[in-house]
Amino acid sequence: MTTQRTSGRRKQALAAAVAVAALLTTAACGGGGDDDKGSSSGAAGFDAANNKVAQASAAKKGGTLKFGAAQDADSWDTTRGYYGMMWNFARYYSRQLVTNKAEPGAAGAEITPDLATATAKVTDDGKTYTYTLRDGVTWEDGKPITSKDVKYGIERVWAQDVLSGGPTYLKDVLDPKGEYKGPYKDTSADKLGLKAIDTPDDKTIVFHLPQANSDFEEMLALVSASPVRQDMDTKAKYGLKPFSSGPYKFASYSPGKDLKLVRNTSWKQASDPLRKAYPDEITIKFFSDANQLDQRLLNGDLDLDLNQTGMSPQGRTTALKQHKANLDNPVSGYVRYAVFPQSVKPFDNVECRKAVILGADHVSLQTARGGPVAGGDIGTNMLPPSVPGAEGQKYDPYKLAGDNKNGNVADAKAALKACGQPNGFKTTIAVRNNKPVEVATAQSLQASLKKIGITAEIDQYDGSQTAGIIGSPSNVKTKGYGIIIMGWGPDFPSVQGFGLPLWNSKYIAQSGNNNYALINDKTIDGLFSSYVTTLDDAGKTKIATEINHKVMEGAYYLPFVFERFINWRSDNLANVYTTDGYSGQYDFVNLGLKNPKK
Amino acid sequence: MLAYLIRRLFAAAVMLVVIVMVVFGIFFLIPKWAGVDIALSFVGKQADPAAVEGVREKLGLGDPIYAQVWEFFKGIFAGRTYTGGGDSIHCAAPCFGYSFRSEQAVWPTLTDRFPVTLALALGAAVLWLIFGVSAGVLSALKRGSLWDRGAMVIALSGVSLPIYFTGMLALSVFVYGLDLFDGQFVPLEDSFSGWFGGMILPWVTLAFLYAAMYARITRATMLEILGEDYIRTARAKGLKEQTVIGKHAMRSTMTPLLTMLGMDLGALIGGAILTETAFSLPGLGQAVLNAIKNQDLPVILGVTLITSLAVLVANLVVDILYAVIDPRVRLA
Amino acid sequence: MTELSKSGAAVGEPTPASPAPTAFLEVRDLKVHFPTDDGLVKSVDGLSFQLEKGKTLGIVGESGSGKSVTSLGIMGLHTAGQYGKRKAQISGEIWLDGTELLSADPDHVRKLRGREMAMIFQDPLSALHPYYTIGQQIVEAYRIHHDVDKKTAKRRAVEMLDRVGIPQPDKRVDSYPHEFSGGMRQRAMIAMSLVNNPELLIADEPTTALDVTVQAQILDLIRDLQKEFGSAVIVITHDLGVVAELADDILVMYGGRCVERGPADKVFYEPRHPYTWGLLGSMPRLDRDQQERLIPVKGSPPSLINIPSGCAFNPRCPYADLPKDNVTRTVRPELSEVGSRHWAACHLGAEQRERIWTEEIAPKL
Repeated sequence: MTTQRTSGRRKQALAAAVAVAALLTTAACGGGGDDDKGSSSGAAGFDAANNKVAQASAAKKGGTLKFGAAQDADSWDTTRGYYGMMWNFARYYSRQLVTNKAEPGAAGAEITPDLATATAKVTDDGKTYTYTLRDGVTWEDGKPITSKDVKYGIERVWAQDVLSGGPTYLKDVLDPKGEYKGPYKDTSADKLGLKAIDTPDDKTIVFHLPQANSDFEEMLALVSASPVRQDMDTKAKYGLKPFSSGPYKFASYSPGKDLKLVRNTSWKQASDPLRKAYPDEITIKFFSDANQLDQRLLNGDLDLDLNQTGMSPQGRTTALKQHKANLDNPVSGYVRYAVFPQSVKPFDNVECRKAVILGADHVSLQTARGGPVAGGDIGTNMLPPSVPGAEGQKYDPYKLAGDNKNGNVADAKAALKACGQPNGFKTTIAVRNNKPVEVATAQSLQASLKKIGITAEIDQYDGSQTAGIIGSPSNVKTKGYGIIIMGWGPDFPSVQGFGLPLWNSKYIAQSGNNNYALINDKTIDGLFSSYVTTLDDAGKTKIATEINHKVMEGAYYLPFVFERFINWRSDNLANVYTTDGYSGQYDFVNLGLKNPKK
Repeated sequence: MLAYLIRRLFAAAVMLVVIVMVVFGIFFLIPKWAGVDIALSFVGKQADPAAVEGVREKLGLGDPIYAQVWEFFKGIFAGRTYTGGGDSIHCAAPCFGYSFRSEQAVWPTLTDRFPVTLALALGAAVLWLIFGVSAGVLSALKRGSLWDRGAMVIALSGVSLPIYFTGMLALSVFVYGLDLFDGQFVPLEDSFSGWFGGMILPWVTLAFLYAAMYARITRATMLEILGEDYIRTARAKGLKEQTVIGKHAMRSTMTPLLTMLGMDLGALIGGAILTETAFSLPGLGQAVLNAIKNQDLPVILGVTLITSLAVLVANLVVDILYAVIDPRVRLA
Repeated sequence: MTELSKSGAAVGEPTPASPAPTAFLEVRDLKVHFPTDDGLVKSVDGLSFQLEKGKTLGIVGESGSGKSVTSLGIMGLHTAGQYGKRKAQISGEIWLDGTELLSADPDHVRKLRGREMAMIFQDPLSALHPYYTIGQQIVEAYRIHHDVDKKTAKRRAVEMLDRVGIPQPDKRVDSYPHEFSGGMRQRAMIAMSLVNNPELLIADEPTTALDVTVQAQILDLIRDLQKEFGSAVIVITHDLGVVAELADDILVMYGGRCVERGPADKVFYEPRHPYTWGLLGSMPRLDRDQQERLIPVKGSPPSLINIPSGCAFNPRCPYADLPKDNVTRTVRPELSEVGSRHWAACHLGAEQRERIWTEEIAPKL
């Protein structure tokens, strides 16, 4: 459930900006003069880095890799960051026991050892995980990274009252009863009071899970499992200057302005099987205007967008016309959808939910999202294609991408009749006011529902208050939000990393609820329980497929698209590829420059 | 004069207190009455109960309203310590709040960004005063001429074109098109020429808008002043025409311009949001825009207060300058 | 004195250059026309007069009769500062001390302004710059024409303020106009006008904006100063009472022209134009009973764009029908001598006028 950065950037594409678009197009043409120098120094080609490596051999040591971004990270503290781009970027300055492979596509979602010498030695029916740390792994001051530093770093997840924001899987799995109070309230002398982790010596770390969880190693691959050294822990302020365990360290950071990483001279290539550390420096410049950012990318002043959520409509149009070879069109891992809270009548009736799913015009919804290239493929089920067990458009129980793609009025009316609402009904669509694309989908849905007799009002609520407004089931019921427009992406590529908070009855909460449909299905809960104890990948995949089918059969969701983005890479980038490990983003950690002097 | 000053200062101080209370109310109390949990907006979507509780404790959101306001006021003068969850953060005076988003006190963020905005506003003001006022004076002196009509058409376009548009246009032509400037902000500490090069376009763009307004006002005021009896007196004394215009007429024309300048500078110093956005300048405007995007209430609150303060100070300065320019005001 | 009026000349026709006159100030056939969107405003339409040093001329008329325009024309203030507007068309001759001003170099005229000829305006509050002290404004006026330092100029300013009767002049010199009373302001204005000892002083409604009691003081001051400096003075007013006290000669203007001109006592006691009779009738007099009604001049001043044909005063003149053949409405009357140094422009016969005056008008005054 990666929190996505706001797409307020789209909002800023004001009419004035559109008016100069033509001018910009010509200007951009003159600006990016490097395009015709041939493939050795020029752009690699459209989709050249989508799930494959582009120009790996062209990467040279040195230079400054320049990121631009319209949105700063939620926090650069390894414990607190939740944005996908932050996890991706954090690998420059933080290492974990295990991490995602630095490889394109699906392979990038596989786990590989990092600080640890090997992936976990799993014993005790999947309840004990043991790792040994590599030799020569050091902090930025040259002191060795110990198993206690790893434990302390993980313990910080418990200090939610100080270090809010990050994922809490480790806390939920290692200490489901919430007995440990976190290192800041820890009464033991060494502040390492968490019982679930043992550090018998500086090189060994042992995790004891009260209950097995087959995705546990995925959780240890999250940056929230990074080591933190106790004497360097500045608590809430840690994110301003995290203490580096990776090849780069913070030189300067001014939130919302700029960030600069320089080489960590204590880091040794030999201790790190994964990181290539090509550039000498890595900079991020933050823009308050997404169009400015895109213009800088087009102009060649920046190498890539840190946010990796696609270009804004105007820049995208120019780029597709003039610089297609600099673009990739990866699947983002997000599913965009409408969800039906069962507490709001008549959505307690599965037939009424089906009526909406069947009556909607899926092509129109896709267009509202940006069309097949910028928006994505029509979503036919709820599991993102990058998650093991997903079947993509092959699984289309309601023929959303097939016969019913423009809406099936007859079947929808039949469903309404079965629901006992042959003349339709009235309901409310809740949509975040800060996401113009979502508002557009709500309007599309409203129009097609009218054809089957359902009158839907659109309620645009304050997008920053999501947790309090649609995350509160009582509020949803009071307001009569029968349809909620949302989107979701996996924290790690598994059905648990994507669907647990959405579909498991245990995750229904009074505030900050994410199980908007209020799914309380024993079968689905049971499938999740058996998923976490199933250790073989084939078995996990099968269960994931099954969960997805159950969710679709319950007709809790109307998927819009399997999202795609248009992302930019500069002519100067080498060793570029998208990875499923970070939802279709470019893998930042091993990017290099062709011409370091540029 | 002294009594006048004291009265103005006192009024400004009272105004500031009222502004703090109103702004504080808007940001913290109204959501509370509306039943929105502010703490939730600080912890994001995940909303771990411990995290929500931590924020509530640190911000003192559980305290009675008057205590919250008092804490905030006290913080401005005496500093403040936020405690919660085994962590305590000291926010030194003047503490205008603490951002739990960026984990920084608001005041240093503001002082860090303030010079950029100040440089933008002052640089642009110099340009628009030079060009706007001289264009306005020339138009007035050549009323009805081709120059006058041309200048006023340009001025009208300057006033009506949004800065977003002129900014984009300037960037497209001079940075991306002709490649005359780098168009990127460079801190003054790093390089003066780089800083100057990066500031030219924002200055010119911003100045264009204001120069247009100032030209129109100058022209209208100058025409009115030229009809005054004392201008005729000045001529009757045998003064050269340039002295009549440059000394007697200009001094009177300055009064309304000064009022405008005070207001405009005050508002701009509080954050030239559009210009800073269009040119990606790391000033207060960008800070407040980021803060709005990130729902960073303390920063929004801080910038709002600073903006109000800037307008207030600017008004105070205008009042004082008024008294210097126009002796009649001193009695008021 | 010879008859000099050529007031019958066609509009806009240039007046041929004539030999320099012997009088200190001589105005010959002055025309000041303003082009406007509605037409040509003939504010002054052929005016001639002379003035000697040490003498005072009173120009009397209703507002819009062209009296102020005449004074501004002499000062050359119609051409200065006519930015962009359609310029005033001025023709005729203005001779000041042997120099013809209308054809002179404008910068030369500028140098004469303030030094040779100075002006006092109606409303001293608006005529003084509100942002400068009285002293600064007088000092400026002095230093334009005298190459002296500020200190000397300020001494001169104090001296002048003292001369015009401002108490504590060394202190008041640093006061601002708004800190003065109306009378004091006008005194300061007079001090400023006289700081360069001008030979010609034009006072345009110098007392209109003032209280009645102050009016007399200001008029006394002007008279005293004139004696002292020996300047020629033109007093412009709508109030015959003002000129009665000051003027040696009186010139009555109507519709941009002179309708009667002569020595003050003649114009007062033997007026020979119905308009002058009207003015006299409307003059408040202290020696008369308050209950006695004033006789105002009926009707309103003529439009300066469409001046009535014939005698401009004919629509308002109660005697317009007395002359034969409707001549008052078709022929413009010329000034003709009606006594020694006394002229009037009227179609009524001399006896007729004398009879009306002595029998109908004078008894009511």
